[in-house]
Amino acid sequence: MKRIYMDHSATTPVDPLVVDAMLPYFTESFGNSSSLHSFGQEAAEALYVARSQVADSIGAKAEEIIFTSGGTESDNIALQGVLSREAGKRQHIITSVIEHPAVLNTCSFLESTGHDITYVPVDSEGIVNADDVKNAVRGNTVLISIMHANNEIGTIQPIKEIADIAKDNNIYLHTDAVQSVGKIPVDVNSLGVDMLSISSHKLYGPKGVGALYMREGTRLNPILFGGGHERGMRPGTENIPGIVGFATASSLAKEHLDTDSKHMLRLRDSLIKGVFATLDDVRLNGHATQRLPNNANLSFKYVEGESMLMLLDMAGIAVSTGSACSSRSLHASHVLDSIGLEPDYIHGSVRMTLGKENSMEEIEYLVGALQETVTKLRQISSPAKC
Amino acid sequence: MYSKKIIEEFTNPKNVGIIEDADGVGEIGSTVDGDVITMYIKVDNGVLTDVRFKTFGCVVAISTSTMVTQLAKGKTVEDALAISNQDVQHALGGLPQGKDRCSGFALDALHKAIDDYRSKKVTI
Repeated sequence: MKRIYMDHSATTPVDPLVVDAMLPYFTESFGNSSSLHSFGQEAAEALYVARSQVADSIGAKAEEIIFTSGGTESDNIALQGVLSREAGKRQHIITSVIEHPAVLNTCSFLESTGHDITYVPVDSEGIVNADDVKNAVRGNTVLISIMHANNEIGTIQPIKEIADIAKDNNIYLHTDAVQSVGKIPVDVNSLGVDMLSISSHKLYGPKGVGALYMREGTRLNPILFGGGHERGMRPGTENIPGIVGFATASSLAKEHLDTDSKHMLRLRDSLIKGVFATLDDVRLNGHATQRLPNNANLSFKYVEGESMLMLLDMAGIAVSTGSACSSRSLHASHVLDSIGLEPDYIHGSVRMTLGKENSMEEIEYLVGALQETVTKLRQISSPAKC
Repeated sequence: MYSKKIIEEFTNPKNVGIIEDADGVGEIGSTVDGDVITMYIKVDNGVLTDVRFKTFGCVVAISTSTMVTQLAKGKTVEDALAISNQDVQHALGGLPQGKDRCSGFALDALHKAIDDYRSKKVTI
């Protein structure tokens, strides 16, 4: 059976061009970039080029890029690093209720160690209101951390507006751009952010690598200590093959952004249109237009997400759900809860996140499979629907 | 992660539906929790001659529902009440770890249907 992958917000396949770029750095140019001999210098050169590539892809300077192990680590360095640096001074952070767990759970840890966190709400379409951020600012606010695009419902947040608030109040602004890079234009200067997290494996690069953009003049303490790599912000011998792969993926994503995002948008809109044309009691979660071009998060009344996911998987289609039964924690999606979605719609949510390799034929197959799956489960579920 | 038996029961559940003139109906759960199971029973001479269900829920909720109907059908009310959660899980080839939360719901719904049947009998 042909398998169709439509869970690109979870992870993406590594682009074969990326694999090709990485391979020499495992066996031939395997040196430690800190070594003075030629092996080390090859690694140092690769690191130098990679840093420029990643910087270019987001409009940054090379020296503003810190390579990390991925989005989670980047978020942790940004949040914990600022508070650590400002110890005894400004200790209040503003974030939102729909952040990724990498931010939310770091915040709840910081709260447990005596720091103040304000969680601004989102509206019913999953968008943060910049005025709420403005009203949350206090004299001791040091950082605002609001994601660029949400991982579940794909909503794009008003980062530019929030950047003005941050600037006016001399507060650092961090954004988790793990989901947006490669799908919409991401430029650190037009966004006006001081820090930005990126993950390689969301943009057809390898897992285990990412970056934190730190605007010149941003003062953080590291959260790891060691040999002084990455300007002391992230010590540990660099993962050169991973970094080269990440940088290649970043360049490719930037180069093909326009074509890829138009392609995904066309597929996404056909998917949504197709589902609404074939099924009743469906809703689109998140904002209709202010959302990532590859994200379709739909809720189907009278069916439960995990059951749908399993039936779709049997039909060869990989998607994800915000229902409680599918998650490790047995808690339903905090994002869908935050937009005020009724519980039965939360449990019946399915997230389809498209990629550049998906085709219109696959969308047509998916629409048919969704119709079959939902109809079958509705026959089992509601007396009203039989 | 699910046993072959669970997937089989989940994909082709038996005894789905309502019994219009049921002798007992039991519903448990709420859409807030994400599982709603309704069991319908038909009783003749103390024997469960028909057991049907409607379930809004996950793979475990659906597969335990159909298994409970299959185990209970043909049994006396007393024997049906003696079916344990372990019996259901065993018949399904076991449940993955962390998935036993909703495995008892289907049995609870059956018990409620039997309670309903008994309470009606008393009033008659």
